[in-house]
Amino acid sequence: MPIRDALVDIVGADRVSNDPAELFVYSRDSGAQPPGRVDFVVLPKTAEEISEILRLANREKIPVTPVGAGLTLSGIVIPERGGIVLDMKRMDRILEVDELNRYVVIEAGVSQGALQAYLKKHHPRFQHSTPEAPPTATVTANALIHGHGHISPRYGINSDMIAGMEVVLPNGEITRIGACALEGKWFSRGPLPDLAGLFVGWYGTTGIVTRISLKLFPKPAFRQVIVFKTDDIDLLPEAIAEIMYLDMAEDFFLIMQEKPDWMNHAFLVVILSGHFEEELEFKKTAYKRLFSDFKGGERISFVSDLHPALEKRFLDVPPLAALAADFRKGGGFQYTGAILPVDQVPAAWCKGIEISHRYGMVCSYVHQVLMGNSIMFGFNYSFNRADEADIEKALMALEESNRVTLDLGGMIWKGEKSAQQMVLAKMEPNTAALIRRVQEFLDPNRIMNPGKWEA
Amino acid sequence: MEHEEILHRCFRCGFCKLPSDYGSLTCPAYLKYRFESFSPGGRMWLTRAWLSGQVRTDARLQEIFFSCATCGNCVEHCIFDKFRESILEAFIAAKAEMVDQGTVPPTVRDYLTRLLEHGNPYKIPQKKRGDWAAELNVKPYTVDTEVLFYVGDVGSFDHRGIEIARSVAGLLQKIGVSFGILGPGEGPDGNDARALGEFSLFEHLAKRNIEAFQQAGVENIVTLSPHGYNAFKNLYPQWDGHFNVRHYTHLLAEILPIDKFSEKAASRSVRRVTFHDPCYLGRHNKDFDTARTILDRLPGIERVEMPRNRADSLCCGGGGGNFFTDLVCSGPDTSATARVEEAADTGAQILVTACPICTVMLEDAVKARNLEQRLEVRELSELVVEALG
Repeated sequence: MPIRDALVDIVGADRVSNDPAELFVYSRDSGAQPPGRVDFVVLPKTAEEISEILRLANREKIPVTPVGAGLTLSGIVIPERGGIVLDMKRMDRILEVDELNRYVVIEAGVSQGALQAYLKKHHPRFQHSTPEAPPTATVTANALIHGHGHISPRYGINSDMIAGMEVVLPNGEITRIGACALEGKWFSRGPLPDLAGLFVGWYGTTGIVTRISLKLFPKPAFRQVIVFKTDDIDLLPEAIAEIMYLDMAEDFFLIMQEKPDWMNHAFLVVILSGHFEEELEFKKTAYKRLFSDFKGGERISFVSDLHPALEKRFLDVPPLAALAADFRKGGGFQYTGAILPVDQVPAAWCKGIEISHRYGMVCSYVHQVLMGNSIMFGFNYSFNRADEADIEKALMALEESNRVTLDLGGMIWKGEKSAQQMVLAKMEPNTAALIRRVQEFLDPNRIMNPGKWEA
Repeated sequence: MEHEEILHRCFRCGFCKLPSDYGSLTCPAYLKYRFESFSPGGRMWLTRAWLSGQVRTDARLQEIFFSCATCGNCVEHCIFDKFRESILEAFIAAKAEMVDQGTVPPTVRDYLTRLLEHGNPYKIPQKKRGDWAAELNVKPYTVDTEVLFYVGDVGSFDHRGIEIARSVAGLLQKIGVSFGILGPGEGPDGNDARALGEFSLFEHLAKRNIEAFQQAGVENIVTLSPHGYNAFKNLYPQWDGHFNVRHYTHLLAEILPIDKFSEKAASRSVRRVTFHDPCYLGRHNKDFDTARTILDRLPGIERVEMPRNRADSLCCGGGGGNFFTDLVCSGPDTSATARVEEAADTGAQILVTACPICTVMLEDAVKARNLEQRLEVRELSELVVEALG
């Protein structure tokens, strides 16, 4: 039976396409990476359908790539060897919210926006960790790529918040991970052998997560932003450490833009929250005086005249980060997400500016501090999608900032294929071999998003 | 192609297919098909690819382009202020390119051909255009008449549209408006022909109407449909078609006598209603309040809102010519069916709208979802008539 007919048998004719229009759209993402090749786009609705599709793919040796919103910007879900793209977004049910045990169970296609709106309406005392991505980004894919969100400085990155999973293995078996595997509630993924690690950070090369449980967190009624600024970049590691040491921030990020001039400083943006106004006031007071005597005082100043529009922008969840895609009037944006120890921030700061200038760009930074004083340091590059030379410049800048990241002892978050290969080349050989052996064990026919995490 | 210069600036972030709270989907085509190619972002990228020869015209691409219901949700919610106002015009321009090439879906071709050859999409002789008003004692428009009541294709020829036209006409009579109709002298407003990219046909229809209006000495127009209202108000002035144009709800809001509701209406038990914003009143013309104001004046009405309301409204799927071309109107996952379920979930007994196209679309969806026992669709004028007794 032709592959298309077999897929139609599984999901229905309206949910399969091999028309050029769909193949074009699903063969590329919004970053600077070159397009790939897609043979079929399929919109599954259930884990059982995915199971059947993977059995078919194994029989026919066809690659399969699962896609959420496709917003990694680094081509992680651009298929390299053709095959089937599974657009997961029809699996969009929010299945359970357990307030007492503080978790939510969702299908893999639920978007950040949908979950945020649902919680706001039905469970307003709780929140999930919302990334800086557009609200169309899917919650599950973000957790699976080690994404981070607006409460990560306080509670950890989003993959740490996974409390259970349903996974379709490459051979089509449907399995559960965590307490839900014991037919219990989806409240925790341990204490058991942590099988979630077989699927987090693997870019879909080891299986397809179809359902996930995520921890929920209290949503304080009051939030406010306070901002500090400095021009002494060398002070940033200690300043970050002090802010984190005080241990009351909900969110914490660093921003800088070379233009306009008033933005050309290092701004330390701290989001505070409290269940009571008095609690928030206390936290504000504590933070405002944090740097009054720091290094003799006046080295890091409190910004007392923050523009209301900027205040709103900082407090928005999610923020409109996608606006960076039009900085060069060209709809393109990609970045190296460098996960760095904070002591490397000054070096990265200077290198990033150098790289931007080398490729004719104005430097613009947004870095989120993560729990434990590490930082997601964003080497950001906007580009004009209509200008091949501009795209090429962005790719070269990425290559350089990837290299800088590794040279500084960091890791590259959701890196594109060349970044993955750079990481693997630097990795201790036995570790790289273990990654390969795990992939071969779970997916002997190597049908799952082939080319990713592949030396 | 006009607006080609914005196509590459789309990042495909996807705000365009969402309402303000991000909690659901509000793009009719994407809601039905769920392939990214049918989202506004996908359409932007595909249009660029098509113009550069990376993808070719085929039936699927036609379906993608022409399934846009021109609801304006993308314009409302795109975060890129520097070009969002041009998004919908770019989609219409892409359709226009296909029209110029003669490569449009069969149902689009048939609709446009009927408009051209018959002067309406129903293939009914033009001389019957005023028949909807039979036995209503509606007078032809003359220079002594204050207002032209423009009915349009759906109100003139669709079975349900005729009921609505008669309801509005009866209402205007009841509240003492001096109005007349052009009958066979009226032509299609062309709004949906333009939305389908048939600019030449639209220009032809618009100029013919403008000439007819001017020859009749028309100054004030009241329309049955928000589509006609949009065309006359926003599009006809480019050919010196300057008239004082109102949708019938605007006139009602001004002169509805609140002290003349019938005793029967006043004594009836309270009914819960919810209002569906027609896109060509709401997002396109920023009027979200008039119909609600009228509803709030009626006795025995408790108005509740659906989650997707006002600028976040979910289109019925009938705009952009889709009422006639049927590209997003059929199948299990249409926006109309989602809309009536949303209305029923509010606990409303009546889903009210102020557009004949929306009314028909939503009534069909109620039947498709077997919601007849829970939800009734009414055009606003019908509730007002009922209240006046």
